[in-house]
Amino acid sequence: MKDFKEKLSGRIFFVLALSSISVLALITVFILIKGTPLIAEVGLKDFIFGMTWAPGRGEFGIFPMIAGSVSVTFGAAVIGVPIGICCSIFLAEFAPAWLSKIFRPVIQLLAGIPSVVYGFWGMIFVVPLIRDYLGGPGLSILAGSIILAIMILPTVISISEVSILALPRQYKEGALALGMTHWQAIYSVVLPSAKSGIVASVVLGIGRAVGETMAVIMVLGNAVALPESILDPVRTLTTNIGIEMGYAEGAHEQALFATGIVLFVVIMIINGLAQYITRDKNKGRR
Amino acid sequence: MSEISEKSRLRTENLNLYYGSRHALKDITMEIPSRAITAIIGPSGCGKSSLLRVFNRMNDLIPEARVEGNVYLDKISVYGEETDAVALRKKVGMVFQKPNPFPMSIFDNVVIGPRRHGVKHRDELESIAENCLRRVALWEDVKDNLRQSALNLPLGTQQQLCIARTLAIEPEVILMDESCSALDPESTMRVEELMTELAQSYTIMIVTHSMEQAARVSDMSAFMMIDDEKIGRLVEYGTTEQIFSTPKDKRTEDYITGRYG
Repeated sequence: MKDFKEKLSGRIFFVLALSSISVLALITVFILIKGTPLIAEVGLKDFIFGMTWAPGRGEFGIFPMIAGSVSVTFGAAVIGVPIGICCSIFLAEFAPAWLSKIFRPVIQLLAGIPSVVYGFWGMIFVVPLIRDYLGGPGLSILAGSIILAIMILPTVISISEVSILALPRQYKEGALALGMTHWQAIYSVVLPSAKSGIVASVVLGIGRAVGETMAVIMVLGNAVALPESILDPVRTLTTNIGIEMGYAEGAHEQALFATGIVLFVVIMIINGLAQYITRDKNKGRR
Repeated sequence: MSEISEKSRLRTENLNLYYGSRHALKDITMEIPSRAITAIIGPSGCGKSSLLRVFNRMNDLIPEARVEGNVYLDKISVYGEETDAVALRKKVGMVFQKPNPFPMSIFDNVVIGPRRHGVKHRDELESIAENCLRRVALWEDVKDNLRQSALNLPLGTQQQLCIARTLAIEPEVILMDESCSALDPESTMRVEELMTELAQSYTIMIVTHSMEQAARVSDMSAFMMIDDEKIGRLVEYGTTEQIFSTPKDKRTEDYITGRYG
């Protein structure tokens, strides 16, 4: 009887655990079924590299959106990653304990702000600034990059900081004992040792930026056109779905699911990359 | 033991060390001879490592650590206002308890010190690497895989590498903090041979929990113990021969003969 209970509870947990995986499978299958017919019809190459998105005329080319996603994400990384890494170095190496005790929860709070609030703030504050001082419509790659840069900070900072703090104390002591200054020890021993964690934090941050929808809808302008400068409005893969899903039907709806497939594959690749980077390379290490 | 009467290399006068409100070391006055091995022995927690870390100011890393009294390296006051801890550590190298090669290649590990201290030329770095690895008897073993990660080496070899890395900054003094305690007997023997050889050109101070090791390799021995107030004290200091054969203090004798505790 007891044995039976043990086995049963094991099964129950297994089924519940399975449900989380099966949801993923379900979603994957669903968007594949919904999206692939259109990709097959249009042709993968024309779908991805097509320059015209005109659902009304049956033209489904998402290249401008891909360009939009890439440019905004790249911009976010250029702005956010250096700030994030410097911040993590400061917290892990320089900040006195009391200061990092204040910093850490505040940074985590950044992660807790709903993305629509970021978008709203961007729309009210960042967009007019860009319009007034740099020109253009304000709704632009730059605005999106700035908002996303702030949004990826918590990811970059916390994962980088953890990977620096997780290093054995002996690394830094060893470096200092060789007569290095604190900064020399950081850049020649601490950072290279924490490299995989830092790179992973960047990749995960980029993954977050690629997937973000709400905040960027509000500041990007959403024009389906190849941007010529960072002050031009763009549409990303995510915003394309977010904007049009409400009224899309038939082939148009399928095309949005197909956009979802592309996005899905990109995110999978990015997360796979992060896993690959953080894999345990030094299994034999004592 | 005539060489011990030569001028002393390191000297402490009424050294007191505090960690915040905790008094860790009290009134330690000792002279460490040059070109010899001085062993600090004593039960765990008596402040051996703390004392060792006074000499290269490693205790500076602990925010609330405070030193009173004088410590000299030759004529330099180790804690003097004009003394730069970074410059001091180039003269006083340290080998740690657990081998701590950096996660990079064997070559990079050895030359990282000289590199940071301004040696740029490839040839020069290569000759430093070869020279230092030869001194620790590692060159023949690793010369063909200098590009390999140092973390893949066996522990004993890692420790030899760490010693080579310390030699590369051309220190005058080498501090070894229980540097054999993580090693197997064979590696321990290799490192001990190395210590004896290095003592011909360097001033070496070791902390060890192994009295056998102290007896085997050291010229001078310092016995430390905590007093009733849990403050680390230097109980007896003299030539290893004297400490191990005719200890003056009863506590030293008890410890040496294994009656302690």
